[in-house]
Amino acid sequence: MSSRPRAQRLGMVGCRVCGLVVSAPLQAGRKSFCPRCRAALQPRLAGGLGRAWALWLAALIFYVPANLLPVMDIRVLGGTEHAATILGGVVDLWRDGSYGVASVVFVASVLMPGIKYLALAFLLLTVRFANGWARRARARLYRWIEAAGYWSMLDVLVVGLLVSLVQFQALGEIQPRAGILFFGMSVVLTMLAAQSFDARLIWDGEDAA
Amino acid sequence: MRTHPSLIVCPHCDAVYRRPVLATGQVARCGDCDAVLHRATRLDINGWAALTVAAAILFVLANAFPVISVGLQPFRNDATLWQATASLVHGAWAPLALPALAVAIVAPFAQIALLGWVLAYAWHGRRAPGFRSAMKALDWLRPWSMLDVALLGVAVAAIKLAGMAEVAFGPGLWAMAALIGVTALTAKGDPRWLWEATA
Repeated sequence: MSSRPRAQRLGMVGCRVCGLVVSAPLQAGRKSFCPRCRAALQPRLAGGLGRAWALWLAALIFYVPANLLPVMDIRVLGGTEHAATILGGVVDLWRDGSYGVASVVFVASVLMPGIKYLALAFLLLTVRFANGWARRARARLYRWIEAAGYWSMLDVLVVGLLVSLVQFQALGEIQPRAGILFFGMSVVLTMLAAQSFDARLIWDGEDAA
Repeated sequence: MRTHPSLIVCPHCDAVYRRPVLATGQVARCGDCDAVLHRATRLDINGWAALTVAAAILFVLANAFPVISVGLQPFRNDATLWQATASLVHGAWAPLALPALAVAIVAPFAQIALLGWVLAYAWHGRRAPGFRSAMKALDWLRPWSMLDVALLGVAVAAIKLAGMAEVAFGPGLWAMAALIGVTALTAKGDPRWLWEATA
């Protein structure tokens, strides 16, 4: 593997906020602050894996009702009422012939969130128990998780927009249902879980490997 | 504490590098983890300022004009981005409306305003009052500003509504698309060079 020096080994820290590189005599229990932007200097993020696991678990718990409960009720003028789950919404789009949009929504709100939970758990486990291999690939996986979390917000915005737009007039009625709140909570919690995972941990213990 | 302005540390793997000298538009990636280390921005401070002014104008347009209109003859209803996200804020569904409002309108607005503030002073080589807090806020806001997701959301909502009503896109939507393009270079980019450009 590479013999590139790591900042922590050299007693240095790169500031997370402004990027300044600082030689900091970091002692346990004492916080150092970046002399330029005053952000706390953290060689590795505080809270460690525990915080990331906790947020991951909370996100997963919310993810179950998010998929089982309907996200909205749709009542078309003079038509029937039906409650749509997230997956049901994709099926509806597909049946209407909007294959492209159905695929986009399926990827953004079903496929990516699902893979994201597995991928984050995979990173958290490998960092702890098997950190010696495929470091570069796992670093890339981490950046993918961050992007996936971002686009998962799509469904929350779609439901919000639909409800607002239909509310204006007697087109029928769309009512939000509890599922979308669980879904939104789950998306936000996964984003926070990914943010609290310190990707630098992937490269620790390199010399021992 | 000693600082090392000539060094750069990869935020994703902690590898230490000498700060590279890059030509305009070049990107330095980490040799270990492939993360972006440093991007030589194509824009000088004039470019950043110009794009931020453009973003402010586009933001006003995107919020002043309807992004979508929905209706059944003879009724039509134009909705601005604000109306399309905020109409639920006062009801029982505020927990749904507030996050939508935050990521689609408040966060992008805060980014443009903060960037405008620090750039106005940086133009004269100075640090704006509250420069540190503004830079920290910009760093923090980046993942929560989701104009591009909101634009895709409007498109998906339009297609879902097309079955029950007549749907048309308004000029606000085009302003929104342009705004996404402009902010991709500034608000979504890395403003860290401002630390070096000001004192």
